[in-house]
Amino acid sequence: MGKVIVVTSGKGGVGKTTSTAALGAALAQNGDKVVVVDFDVGLRNLDLVMGAERRVVYDLVNVIQGEAKLTQALIRDKRLDTLFLLPASQTRDKDNLTTEGVDRVITELKRVFDWVICDSPAGIERGATLAMRHADIAVVVTNPEVSSVRDSDRIIGLLDSKTLKAERGERMEKHLLLTRYDPARAQRGDMLKVEDVLEILSIPLLGIIPESMDVLRASNIGAPVTLADARSVPALAYFEAARRLAGEIVPVTVPGEKRGIFGKFFGRKAA
Amino acid sequence: MSIFNLFRKQRSAPMARERLQLLLAHERASAGSDLVSILREEILAVIAKHVQIDADKVHVKMERDENFSLLEIDVEIPLHATLQAA
Repeated sequence: MGKVIVVTSGKGGVGKTTSTAALGAALAQNGDKVVVVDFDVGLRNLDLVMGAERRVVYDLVNVIQGEAKLTQALIRDKRLDTLFLLPASQTRDKDNLTTEGVDRVITELKRVFDWVICDSPAGIERGATLAMRHADIAVVVTNPEVSSVRDSDRIIGLLDSKTLKAERGERMEKHLLLTRYDPARAQRGDMLKVEDVLEILSIPLLGIIPESMDVLRASNIGAPVTLADARSVPALAYFEAARRLAGEIVPVTVPGEKRGIFGKFFGRKAA
Repeated sequence: MSIFNLFRKQRSAPMARERLQLLLAHERASAGSDLVSILREEILAVIAKHVQIDADKVHVKMERDENFSLLEIDVEIPLHATLQAA
């Protein structure tokens, strides 16, 4: 039985879709079978970030409404044959996402894949609560900025009350993924530090993704960061995060911190 | 930017941290129910039962501290209204 991960945040634009694609590709590069599912009905973008926008025929809503089979809607990645995408509908209303329909699709995906990664829409409405409903693990994507931290706190509350795990009285495993971090600004006292965000939200740290041009470059060419340039700083940070998701104990490094040229070679080889 | 500005300008991250801690402490405590807005509605309803209130003459203020919230309701009651009530 595969594990279900929800990538969520409350606030928009913090890096949910980027992180879904990057973590999905990182896990798939280990040979695991991975599917990334876009829950943002009406505003889909995971297809674009993954570079599969011209290959979408059927989507999640088609499958839920019985207009297409799951196997017809799944798009296999051209670069990684263990990575799949289930796109969201661009034209349908989000009310077409029914609880029963989502239950059925996720149950089926769990049987086939090692990892089912659900990319949540922003907000706390239906799409977001359905994306988190089946999760075993939640990745809370947060920027070191007040409004993002506040919204993450709200989402953590929902993860503990509005999910199947919560309804069964089980504890939801939650991890913080701090994105767009700028170590220099944090050092100067102009940006919340990693420790500040961790103390306020009090959930364990999955990884720190630095603010980087490589992230924009990857989305420009339509490739997950971990595939576009596997040796870039954000890619290395996502690889580390993926290893932690898989249960490995990996010490957290603050990316962007200056390392010597030997350290750099060493670090790259190790990843 | 001169070197003096560098020293004079206060660092903003500690403020962000403090504001968040205070805000979230309140939001977590009142998750689901908004006690203050319920109080505001009910208190005003009780007053309106006895005196006609001019909506423009009602001032509601809210102050949040580490340990408590302060709800201040300021209702102006016109003179003729008090006479009517008496």
